[in-house]
Amino acid sequence: MPSLKDIKKRIGSVKNTQQITKAMKMVAAAKLRRAQEAAVSARPYAEKLQAVMSNLAQREEADAHPLLSQRGTGRALIVLMTADRGLCGGFNANVSKEAERFIRVNEQGFDAIDLMIIGRKGRDFLKNRVGDNITRVHENITTEATYKTAQLIAQDVVADYSEEKYDAVYVLYNAFQSAIVHNVTLEQVLPIEPKEADADAVDSVDYIYEPDKGGVLAEILPKMVEVQFFRGLLESKASEHGARMSSMDSASRNAAEMIDKLTLQYNRARQAAITKELMEIISGAESIK
Amino acid sequence: MAETLKLEMVTPYKRVLAEEVDEVTAPGFVGELGILPGHTPLLTTLKVGELSYKRGKETFYVAVNWGYLDVEHDTVTVLVDTAEKADEIDLARAKAALGRAEDALKMLPHDDKKYMIMEAALQRALVRIRVAGER
Repeated sequence: MPSLKDIKKRIGSVKNTQQITKAMKMVAAAKLRRAQEAAVSARPYAEKLQAVMSNLAQREEADAHPLLSQRGTGRALIVLMTADRGLCGGFNANVSKEAERFIRVNEQGFDAIDLMIIGRKGRDFLKNRVGDNITRVHENITTEATYKTAQLIAQDVVADYSEEKYDAVYVLYNAFQSAIVHNVTLEQVLPIEPKEADADAVDSVDYIYEPDKGGVLAEILPKMVEVQFFRGLLESKASEHGARMSSMDSASRNAAEMIDKLTLQYNRARQAAITKELMEIISGAESIK
Repeated sequence: MAETLKLEMVTPYKRVLAEEVDEVTAPGFVGELGILPGHTPLLTTLKVGELSYKRGKETFYVAVNWGYLDVEHDTVTVLVDTAEKADEIDLARAKAALGRAEDALKMLPHDDKKYMIMEAALQRALVRIRVAGER
């Protein structure tokens, strides 16, 4: 039976923890709102670019540009997006596990699979499992998901792809659905596979291209890659805050439950002590008579 | 044929504009181009420059930084990296950037990679100052 003082100390420490988890929940909730807004406002750009792209693809041969041509399965690169910080439930583990699974399943299919990891947690998780596959790690670049960040990653990847260092590039991230639901998503980035536009939407009228078809394509394709990374970063960020919010919420609730239990235990112990003291006094008084 | 053009301008961060306008003038890759209702379908890349549009007698200016312009069915879609309306531009900041770029350009050799970056920065600053002057 722990003493009164011990129980009181426990209650104090659990309360402190609860305060921290509560604060983290609040911060995550505020950040989630901002991240969600950013993800939503980035959508029109991606959609418009996609529309322009598929429009273009209708009038263009499949291998008009190196980024469009299928080179088959050689070396693959996975860009894995995780967070730099933990305390967000299964957010980092889920997506990292999927990366590990993908590597194990497709080991035979490719000559090699390299991993580019964004976020410290992904590296920590995978370095002892598939450490040989990790070629690059970017840490602390997603504190604020900016277009610039996405651009830098995209330029890096496009350069490698153009030099034929890789024949396929995938991106793996947590897609945001709601504060509690995020889906691990694997998307092919390169070679670019233009989505088919509706047949009705395509005009028979010939477009004017300035400077020319090839030039426009050469400018627009790297843009597509950037946008895809940007979207991944935003979605991943929103999911991270959502995951942190819900896990901190349940942590706060668990702490409250624990405080209740400990308070009950404390009161019982206190009453037991009082009863004991009373008994001693009464029996003392009895013996004097 | 429609009387007006639907102008839509989006950046990766937000939708900047979506309105009915009478005329659009944009800094196209091969030169400035004006678009009126009934324009033939066109897809062009844009340079750093000043895009303006007219609604009634008013003319509005936007500083754009590199992107695309797509015309189809009297809808003008502009996809750009950044777009700043005249009243959003921080003139002091643009002037400071101009000074910085000019200084850097004097110091750097012409074939340096940085030279091109600074040259682009110089251009952006110039466009911003010009657009801000027309508000």
